[in-house]
Amino acid sequence: MTTKLFGEPVQRREDPRLLTGGGRYLDDLGPDALAAAFVRAPHAHARIRDIDVGPALDVEGLVAIYTWEDLPERVGRPLPLLIPHPALTHGRTAYPLARDVVRHVGEPVVMVVAADRYAAEDACALIEVDYEVLKPVVGLEEAVQGAALVHEDVPGNVGAHLVQEVPGADGRGAREAIETAPHTLAFRLDIERSASMPLEGRGVHARWDGRDLRVHSSTQTSTSVRMAVAAALGLPLPRVEVIAPDVGGGFGVKIVHPWPEEILVPWAAMTLGREIKWTEDRREHFISSAHERGQVQYVRVGFDDDGRVLGLDVTILHDHGAYTPYGIIVPIVTSTQLLGPYKIGAYRVEFSAVYTNTVQVTPYRGAGRPQGVFCMERTMDKIARHLGRDRAEVRAANFIGPGEFPYDQGMTFQDGRPLIYDSGDYPEMLRLLKELIGWDSFERAPGRGIGIGCYVEGTGVGPYEGGHVQITSDGRVHVSTGLTSQGQGHETVFAQIAASELGVPIERISVVTGDTRRFGYAVGTFASRAAVVSGSAIALACRKVREKALRIAADALEADPADLEITDGIVHVAGAPNAAVPLSTVAVLANPLRYAFDEETARATQFAGAAAPDRPPVAEGEEPGLEGRDYYSPIRSTFAAGMHAAIVETDPDTAEIRVLRYAVVHDCGRLINPMIVEGQIHGGVAQGIGGALYERMAYDPHGQLVNASFMDFLMPYATEVPHVETAHLETPSPLNPLGVKGAGEAGVIPVSAVIASAIEDAEGFPIDRMPISPSDLFHLRTT
Amino acid sequence: MKPPPFTYHAPRDLATALRTLQEVGAGGAGGKVLAGGQSLIPMLNMRLVAPAHLVDINRVAGLGGIGREPGGVRVGALARHAEAERSGAHPLLTRALKLVAHPVIRNRGTVVGSLVHADPAAELPAVLAVLGGSVRVARWQDGAAVERDIPAAAFFTGPMESAVLPGELAVSAWFPSLAPGAGCAFVEVSRRHGDYALAGVCAVVGPAGAARVACVGVGPVPVVVDVSAHAPDWAAAARAVREETEPDDDIHATAAYRRHLVGVLAERALREAAQEAENRGA
Amino acid sequence: MEHEITLVVNGAARRVRVPARRLLSDCLRHDLGLTGTHVGCEHGVCGCCTVLLDGEPVRSCLTFAVTVDGREITTVEGLAGPDGLSPVQRAFAECHGLQCGFCTPGFLCTVTAFLEANPVPTEEEVLEGISGNLCRCTGYQNIVKAVHRAAELMAEEA
Repeated sequence: MTTKLFGEPVQRREDPRLLTGGGRYLDDLGPDALAAAFVRAPHAHARIRDIDVGPALDVEGLVAIYTWEDLPERVGRPLPLLIPHPALTHGRTAYPLARDVVRHVGEPVVMVVAADRYAAEDACALIEVDYEVLKPVVGLEEAVQGAALVHEDVPGNVGAHLVQEVPGADGRGAREAIETAPHTLAFRLDIERSASMPLEGRGVHARWDGRDLRVHSSTQTSTSVRMAVAAALGLPLPRVEVIAPDVGGGFGVKIVHPWPEEILVPWAAMTLGREIKWTEDRREHFISSAHERGQVQYVRVGFDDDGRVLGLDVTILHDHGAYTPYGIIVPIVTSTQLLGPYKIGAYRVEFSAVYTNTVQVTPYRGAGRPQGVFCMERTMDKIARHLGRDRAEVRAANFIGPGEFPYDQGMTFQDGRPLIYDSGDYPEMLRLLKELIGWDSFERAPGRGIGIGCYVEGTGVGPYEGGHVQITSDGRVHVSTGLTSQGQGHETVFAQIAASELGVPIERISVVTGDTRRFGYAVGTFASRAAVVSGSAIALACRKVREKALRIAADALEADPADLEITDGIVHVAGAPNAAVPLSTVAVLANPLRYAFDEETARATQFAGAAAPDRPPVAEGEEPGLEGRDYYSPIRSTFAAGMHAAIVETDPDTAEIRVLRYAVVHDCGRLINPMIVEGQIHGGVAQGIGGALYERMAYDPHGQLVNASFMDFLMPYATEVPHVETAHLETPSPLNPLGVKGAGEAGVIPVSAVIASAIEDAEGFPIDRMPISPSDLFHLRTT
Repeated sequence: MKPPPFTYHAPRDLATALRTLQEVGAGGAGGKVLAGGQSLIPMLNMRLVAPAHLVDINRVAGLGGIGREPGGVRVGALARHAEAERSGAHPLLTRALKLVAHPVIRNRGTVVGSLVHADPAAELPAVLAVLGGSVRVARWQDGAAVERDIPAAAFFTGPMESAVLPGELAVSAWFPSLAPGAGCAFVEVSRRHGDYALAGVCAVVGPAGAARVACVGVGPVPVVVDVSAHAPDWAAAARAVREETEPDDDIHATAAYRRHLVGVLAERALREAAQEAENRGA
Repeated sequence: MEHEITLVVNGAARRVRVPARRLLSDCLRHDLGLTGTHVGCEHGVCGCCTVLLDGEPVRSCLTFAVTVDGREITTVEGLAGPDGLSPVQRAFAECHGLQCGFCTPGFLCTVTAFLEANPVPTEEEVLEGISGNLCRCTGYQNIVKAVHRAAELMAEEA
């Protein structure tokens, strides 16, 4: 069947516009809008004594200047704490504009609106803010000493403290299990900060027409921005619409909301009665959006002679930056996903979410998993080394068996639901990986090493997504879902799902995402959830529409709906292609009309004789139109998995590190579009290589981010990223109608662990801190 | 990240350019010369500099071109990196240019601009220094253009500082030819391909064992060391080079690593240059 | 003070008044409405804003519009021919060489000029050719593939 597109490498439907300059990104909108810019804090920690806007008042093109004092009470409130958690006893969020105290370099202090961005920046440069500089808190270990405080009322700078314990089968706790284990190891691991760093920064455009507010935002969640904006501005929800236009990458940073600018720009647009746009520039993105990673981990492990882990005890210091708007999702994900594909005898994990005078920490692709996987995989390597065993063998000794699913890890996951793995086949995955990289035939040589890393990724978290599918009288299919897109190819994969479900050529299907005018109920795009949750919802909505179409067509064809099929957009009796009615006609019949506007619709008008005179035109229990809406709310997450291996070469003299080969085996259940899944993996691995070898946020002791530019924050170019070899395994998820699991974040998750493993193998000494530069490696060699 | 306002001047001939530079320099408000702009415009966009005047020399006649002359190559102020690279006029310059940033930047950036910018981590100042070249600057004085040549040894005065005075315009650079039978090399280690080097060494080895290196990224200006006395013991030469450098720590590498690295690279560069010299002699 | 300049953009002469400090990227996007050229860093590193100046790729964020008065500029909007997408554009679609699409116009301009100068590049030359453009989505693998594919298409259609 030509329309069976599920599983095919269908070319992307987004591409023609994006390849010709036809994309509409945030800054492409509102050519006549006024521009906003911000005066941002130059100090990591300071009290604002005075703000003098006087010198800026003569700037040509200046329209308005706002400080916190100018904001109405509702607008000036602290931003919401999006995900409360009982352990987050000292959650803190920023004000939209700083009130009294700034807590990181880059915090917005004054908003300027002007004719264009040039003039707005001119005014910003002239505004004088008088600060009393306070002692900054920089560095995790300094922070927990509590000598200086980020928030006066948060002792020890600890915002949250959570201990989770899973006893072993014998009921003993991890610490006890470690005490009595045949072998024990204790060590410390460090991972530095990085950031999502999409090539398009954030941005907000707002237009107020006196009654309705239309906001465009470069966001990963338009529905939730809408609710936040309506609440902050005191507007009825139906008066606010929020649209995510084409978005130039997200990777997590754009799931946070409302950003100060998402409140301030709409508020200023209403206040001034003018269209206003704010486009974040690169420096702003570095110092005022969000970062991630940043953990210190203290690990103790006890294990038997085969390398089976009997007890694991991990204490994590998690750098949360200055605020916790996204709750403690990142350390929760670290502490739960740390377990990977393994059965750990007894597990204890404790984390402290620590405030520092740095940019806030919220999820970046992987969202805490890279840190957890780093911890577990370093542990596996150390066990193997201690026992003199093969590293892959030690992992295999700890795997959950293919017959043990669903497997309950005994913890609570980031969605508040039990951490139960739905399906997987880890031994087979390891076999594939070893074959792909040539694990058993690898020839060790000085300066050449091979590394491995395994992970399990909870994807497709709830609470829900929805889909709406409408077939119009021209035979076109209009699909919409509320979550947003940032390059994942949703327009293509959702169209593939609809085409397969409905039996309609993909060319007739269009997909809209992230537009509250089209679909108002949604959560957002994060946690590798779009294909699972929106994909399933769209499939279910399509099934509703299909059922209705068959019902109406059955009536028209005087056939039994059970005998009908849809092929190429035509409903026909199976085996009798001449007894057929196109979906366009079914759409006409589904919507009884009084008024016609063309020949097709004339057939549905009241004198056309289409309807039985003894029944109401719209039958009881039916609705007009050939459309359907449905939702998918997963009982819990699906668990994708992957294993990576790399071969690296280190230069004996310069300590340069080269990745010679990189292999990935990946299982995200059924593949909707293998081309797109591969692309997601390539991109994830590239970000992982960045995090392993190049990217860090270099804060000096004063809390200045000294590498806040692309010159010094070293995102890899094509010349730095290895060729990625991939293989797929498909263990369908039993939890959703499509059998799919998420794939968006997968590639990035184990890369630091894999590269550390390979360098350790090449060099023969432990690699416990990532990222690692040639300079770092040189010093490790000489100490 | 938008540049601050400035008064723009776009002279079409050298005399006007020099007069303009003299005038804006005299006012004390400061003027900057815009050629390729690949270093200046980022600083303007970040508002790290805010000159009152910008003198755009892109339309000034007679400042372009790469001239092969007896004894060397003269590169005009408007000759782009890419143009100099394609011309192949000087083997060491060609090699160094391949290491400068990325091809797209080299389409716009100028050789002379890179010299005047005087970044101690940049390749071209080291080339000028190891060759003992010079930069020709001009100024307007008593109704006429007056030129002077500044030798490389005096040209680089500190990190991002050159001997070009306010009111002066660097009009060309002179890269002396290699001695007959000499070989050259440029090796460096950068974090990413195209980044400024953590350390780099360019070397020229003559047929009679005359050997000089200039090192980048390990001092406030290119560090030139004559290692002829060590030839052909390049390991000893590299140790001598290491002694001469004063690298700093930064976020990308420690001083100790840079010092180690520059020795490794010096030895590699010298071997490569010596090999080339030998091949030429053969 | 504003300057009246003429830019020949995608074959059409466009007159525009700009202040001296107007970056070419802003001039194209905001004065001429050609928003296909994107701005990702405004310090010349990411390459999103790359356009062709007299056929050579340059950073439009590191170029003042006044400096290039009278010159020819090609943006992503000008790459497709009368018969549809250019070989480079088609190859990017075929090889899944783009995801969010933000860096794509810069890559397309860079690659178009690169293949014109070097129609049969080696792997290493391709990497060098695109080494000044950042992409945060694709990991570059499919972009590299697309460059080779575009070279094939151009050879087939020559």
